[in-house]
Amino acid sequence: MAALQLEKQRGRYAALAIAAVVIVVGIPLWWKTTETYRAWLPFSEISELDSLQVHALRPSSRQNHVCDSIGSAMIYNRVFDKADLSLHMLSESSCGSVVVYVIPESSTLLPEDVKVYVGQRRTALLRSPPFKTSWNLKEVLSNLDVEVEQVVSTMSFGHQDIVAALSNRVRMTKVTKESMADSMRAIKSSPGYEITFSLLNPDPKSHSLHWDIEGAVQSYIQPLLNKLAPIANFSVDSQILYYAVLGVNPRFDNSVSAYTLSADSLSHVINPVEARLGSNAASSNPVLNFLLYVPDAHHSPLFIRDHSKRKVPSNAFHSPRWGGIMVYNVNEMYGPEAERPVDININMAKVMGVFLAQLRLMLGVQHTHPPTGFVLQSPGSAGLADWELDRLLWSRSVENIATASTTITSLAQLLDQIGNIVINDNIAQQVSSAVTSLQSAVAELEAGNLAFALQYSREAILASERAFFDPSLLHLLYFPDDQKFAIYIPLFLPMCVPIVLSLLKIVSEAKKRRADKQAKSD
Amino acid sequence: IFWFNYRHVANTLSVYRSVKRLGIPDSHIVLMLADDMACNYRNPKPATVFSHKNMELNVYGDDVEVDYRGYEVTVENFLRVLTGRLPPSTPRSKRLLSDDRSNILIYLTGHGGNGFLKFQDSEEISNMELADAFEQMWQKRRYNELLFIIDTCQGASMYERFYSPNLMALASSQVGEDSLSVSHTFFTCLFQFKVCPQSQCVSTPGHRTDLFQRDPGSVLITDFFGSVRKVEITKDTINLTSPVEPPIKRSGSGDIQIESLTYVDQLPVAEIIHQKPKQKDWHPPDGFILGLWTLILLVFFQTYGIKHLKHIF
Repeated sequence: MAALQLEKQRGRYAALAIAAVVIVVGIPLWWKTTETYRAWLPFSEISELDSLQVHALRPSSRQNHVCDSIGSAMIYNRVFDKADLSLHMLSESSCGSVVVYVIPESSTLLPEDVKVYVGQRRTALLRSPPFKTSWNLKEVLSNLDVEVEQVVSTMSFGHQDIVAALSNRVRMTKVTKESMADSMRAIKSSPGYEITFSLLNPDPKSHSLHWDIEGAVQSYIQPLLNKLAPIANFSVDSQILYYAVLGVNPRFDNSVSAYTLSADSLSHVINPVEARLGSNAASSNPVLNFLLYVPDAHHSPLFIRDHSKRKVPSNAFHSPRWGGIMVYNVNEMYGPEAERPVDININMAKVMGVFLAQLRLMLGVQHTHPPTGFVLQSPGSAGLADWELDRLLWSRSVENIATASTTITSLAQLLDQIGNIVINDNIAQQVSSAVTSLQSAVAELEAGNLAFALQYSREAILASERAFFDPSLLHLLYFPDDQKFAIYIPLFLPMCVPIVLSLLKIVSEAKKRRADKQAKSD
Repeated sequence: IFWFNYRHVANTLSVYRSVKRLGIPDSHIVLMLADDMACNYRNPKPATVFSHKNMELNVYGDDVEVDYRGYEVTVENFLRVLTGRLPPSTPRSKRLLSDDRSNILIYLTGHGGNGFLKFQDSEEISNMELADAFEQMWQKRRYNELLFIIDTCQGASMYERFYSPNLMALASSQVGEDSLSVSHTFFTCLFQFKVCPQSQCVSTPGHRTDLFQRDPGSVLITDFFGSVRKVEITKDTINLTSPVEPPIKRSGSGDIQIESLTYVDQLPVAEIIHQKPKQKDWHPPDGFILGLWTLILLVFFQTYGIKHLKHIF
């Protein structure tokens, strides 16, 4: 009897021991071996980014020298662009700043009707409004403020530009049709762009076209791209397509005895042509295409008409975020007796002038509408005035910061929501570096250091894109609950049944014994 | 790879043709096809796929550009294309290079069930995975509006879980119904949306438009099926002067030096073949847990013998 009792006791201890091993060792082991590896992410800092406020400082200095000395030297020449150059030499202005030189009202440096002359660099000449001699310096300066503000807002960024840059994140409340068109036209910020120049020759039997594209790119396009180097990397290539036709049949217009393409039919031109264009398969950078179409001999000359049926002087059109097409008529270059195919050298200066203008629009250089009395110096061969570049840099920085912060916050949200994604160490590292770059970019923007802000914002966007689009972040580990049960039940049920039953038996025996004891003591 | 799945390939190719005819170029189409019908030995007319038994229209044609075929059509690749998480070596034609102004049309066809779609008879994609993928696309603004058409049995279950904005979904059959799809009748159902009687369409089409921000009545099919680019006239040009030709100094002799051309280094094959071994995480060997339990039980029974089981139970 006692031996049986002992056996039972040992049995109970064994059952309890096994249950203890299962709970203490087995369950944690199973949990650890079936969890997904998730590296630590700075979630708190990321949630701070969500409510980020960016203050951009627009540094401007007001040179109050009354520029008589310089003015007098230049009066005789009345060449104010030279004056601008010498003024620029005076004070090398940093990226993002605007320098306004105030000249006396009576100065003849600027012609009569011109109030402000905006130079190619970052300086402007402002003719001061008339003031009473009784005013002291403070009053004079405060009187100038309005004028200076006008100049600065033309040359530098304003509220509209920032809102346009953030157009896909922020709902634009008061949107003019033009600013909406502006925001849709500029291509989204990207670390690199590909620019492709294509020559379309539908009629090689009649025209043998020669274009010095390499030289043209070197002299006309490359200076602009060099200036835009802080924004993105550019790669340029070119191609020639033979027997490529426009998808639209042009109409013959008797009044000008030429073929015309109406503005409405232009939108159908691009898609058939695009199918034939080659592009660099290796990169996934956005492509800007610039096509030069030389009409075939039977359909020459070909002119583009705008919506009011007037001839378009540039004979070119562009499509937002895609590129531009220019029609180049060569019928005047040869007579009917010329031997076919006719050798034709394309005037690259004219062509590149159009393409450069289109490129500026594509890249987001906003169209300036200066108030009356302003004269803007033409950017010339550089393609871009310094202050226009600054404006572009401002909007790019803001856009980059907005995009990077949205990417990081949505990535964090995603990873939080979908618990089954494996987070590798390199992703955590990218995210951390993106967060630090973003914080630096915002700090630089507040301090007004445009160049550094842009650089940090670029780093931030690169890191955040790399983290978000990492191929390893795939949520293929989605198991619906019934599948999970189906996997584990055959493994664990046979194990658990003896354990649970024996535990239950122990508990019921203990209860019975306690009840017996109770009955005995009564 | 069964012959009676011919209709799925035919359906997909018909949609592909329509979309191309309405102007979308191949660079904007990602076509994933288990491309095994045209050259199947059971195909009476090799290299062709017809969408109607009258054999009027060869939808396979000469210029079909299949981006993912055969074994590449997997759930993983599909999700990778949608979310953009492709390895850096993927070429442009296999990527979905869309931005926040793109309208996307997704057409899926095949066999499916309640909440999933079969891929290649061996894999499934669930509606939750699809909804998550669309949410990731929305977060990264990879689409402006998205039209999702699904042509499978119980197709409506696939769009039940969507939660991202600007999605519109159409399905050829509701949950619990089978879809015996023939693409032409499906398209006529599509265009006369609520006018399709049960007898002609066999299954009831379903749709979901609550996530769409515009009024669905104002949405044109061609918003998704075709594309017309917005165009502006270029008004300004920049005046450029011809650059002065820099005098090219030739070295003394009149011979023109021609550089000997060399081939660019091809991909270094050695590097490709000897890839770094993938770092595998350490998992305990298979069956370890099973073995552990067996050990525990054995020890238990060893100690107390089988006959003492009655003390336990």
